[in-house]
Amino acid sequence: MLNALLILTGLMATVGCGLLWLGRRFRDDSDRLVERINEILPQTQCAQCNYPGCRPYAEAIARGEADINQCPPGGQAGVEALAQLLNVDAKPLDESHGEHKGPVVAVIDEDRCIGCTLCIQACPVDAIFGAARRMHTVIESECTGCELCLPPCPVDCIDLVDRAEPYCPPRPDNAGDASPGVIPLKVA
Amino acid sequence: MKPLAVGDTLHAFPGGLVLRHNKQVACELPLERPALSEEYLLQVVDRQGRRAKIIVEEGERVLGGQALTRASSDLETVTHAPTSGRIGPIVQSESLWRPGSRIDCLQLLADGRDDFIEAEPLSDWITLDRHRLIDLLRDRGLAGLGGAVFPSAAKLRGDWDGIHTLILNGAECEPWIACDEMLMRTRADDVVRGGIVLARAAGAGEVVLAIEDQMGAVGERLSEAIDDCPIDFPIKLVRVATIYPEGGERQLIQALTGEEVPFDGLPQDLGLLCHNVATAVAALDAVERGRALIERIVTVTGPGVRRPRNLIARIGTPVGELIEAAGGRSDDAGRLVLGGPMSGSALPSDRIPVHKGTNCLLALTAEQVRRDQPVMPCINCGECVRVCPARLLPQQLYKMIEGERHDAAAALNLFDCIECGCCAQVCPSHIPLVDWYRHGKAARQLEQLDQRRARLAQRRHDARQTRLEQERLEREARREKRRRRLAEGGQAKDEIKAAIERARRKKASDSDAG
Repeated sequence: MLNALLILTGLMATVGCGLLWLGRRFRDDSDRLVERINEILPQTQCAQCNYPGCRPYAEAIARGEADINQCPPGGQAGVEALAQLLNVDAKPLDESHGEHKGPVVAVIDEDRCIGCTLCIQACPVDAIFGAARRMHTVIESECTGCELCLPPCPVDCIDLVDRAEPYCPPRPDNAGDASPGVIPLKVA
Repeated sequence: MKPLAVGDTLHAFPGGLVLRHNKQVACELPLERPALSEEYLLQVVDRQGRRAKIIVEEGERVLGGQALTRASSDLETVTHAPTSGRIGPIVQSESLWRPGSRIDCLQLLADGRDDFIEAEPLSDWITLDRHRLIDLLRDRGLAGLGGAVFPSAAKLRGDWDGIHTLILNGAECEPWIACDEMLMRTRADDVVRGGIVLARAAGAGEVVLAIEDQMGAVGERLSEAIDDCPIDFPIKLVRVATIYPEGGERQLIQALTGEEVPFDGLPQDLGLLCHNVATAVAALDAVERGRALIERIVTVTGPGVRRPRNLIARIGTPVGELIEAAGGRSDDAGRLVLGGPMSGSALPSDRIPVHKGTNCLLALTAEQVRRDQPVMPCINCGECVRVCPARLLPQQLYKMIEGERHDAAAALNLFDCIECGCCAQVCPSHIPLVDWYRHGKAARQLEQLDQRRARLAQRRHDARQTRLEQERLEREARREKRRRRLAEGGQAKDEIKAAIERARRKKASDSDAG
């Protein structure tokens, strides 16, 4: 009887220690967690979250300092993805950091640009091309639409326009309607 | 590797449906050319969104058959003027590939004279070098007329070695489309010789002409044409069973050879090349008659038009004029579909111009397009799996896309779906499956585009941070050096003295010069 108890206790202790060690060994270390949070963030680098970029915000979330709903470009979908990753409850996007907008890009009105280079210095992804007293232009494919170039411009010549996105047919949830693009398949 | 035997024995492909044919409806009246249109709209943006280089100016007078754009590579198709007239401005026309949006079209205002540039026919094409033949076909604007409008030059040139057989696809399987059938009826000799042109250009040693077994008279005419062909070239006529979607490239190859084209590969990997019969005739017109591709046969059919028929339409004609040429729409016409009832797409307007891939305009009645059964939940019956010719799991794909798990749908090979519509046709719950797949494919591509953009932004941001940090360190190092130099007093004084001396000397030399 005593023997059996001892053997069982020993076995459980060994397995327990083993599992504990394995858990520690394969735990998400904070660097990997930061990477995974950073992957979910949209990389707009807009600083609306009050951190200087996406990675610093990811680090703050990993440290538990920042909330998960401070990223307007990521929108509600981003908040939900973060909640799932961190295993916490999703919450509505904090509107005090800004509204979620569709994808935009900056466009410089080249007639009004005076070539002051202030926007070049402000751009977090080096998507503006130009030199002092020469007209600047935005490299559209590299612009994240972060709006950081707008405040420094002294002549207010930068506008945000909707980014041209490839067409995506709508979800056919209401296929009962005669919406264009939906062909009821019926061979007469 | 032993070359595949193409068409010796017929094989089956998975899935498919036997549908009732309605081709005869459009074949009763003879082919006809509708009257010239007043204006033509020529798309200058291709399906991938690339814009062609336009080589004519607004206001310029052009002749029929004159090239309007230039191809800088085999992947671009040259557009030619369908008739003589004046070049108008670039206008926006409703896009077929992106409903609700507009794409750029070059407007041609016809002058009604229909003058053509002098044709440059080529009689010795049989001995011409194949690359020169392909150049010629590209310059005459040849593109896949089966519907995909893929530039033929890119397909013919390719770097695949050992293309042994050219398959001519005459097995149009959509139940209403009859443009290829009409073409084979009226120009059987040209189909055969056009096939030889394409085979020469591709370097293939054999032509296999595949038609459906229900096309009775067409088969006889083609057999005669093959027997009478003046050029000695191996051509084989094969009749395949009429099972939708047998006319799909991959399905046809499977039926003819028993081999499956790899999901990430092309028919060229099997040493095969597949072209539509209409492309073959256009290739023959290009070399032997010296004519650019400016017209094609369009089937205008369905219960929604009064006199269904096949028309020879110039590229750029608004589709509404073709409907008029077919007697106009009937009173109960409800929807205009481009392509067939199984895999076509509804047209947003009848102002859309005919392009090189417009094979059929199907007008359905309001009664036919009315949905009389509600969409019900999927019951996992598996009918869709049974009929899928691409061997996918349609109900799984549907569930993944509905749950917005586009990555999971892609892992289930969503992109191998050919949108044939068989699954939606048999679905007892009336789920519009193909519409879901079209949505899913586009949504997945958008997701990937966003991910690529995010990675690019991250890389550029990191690079910028590194650069700024480096610049800061350099600045600090310079400041530190200066501070240390000033601290060592004597040397600093010497430097100041030297600087004053330099300035004085410079001033002196300046005043000498002045």
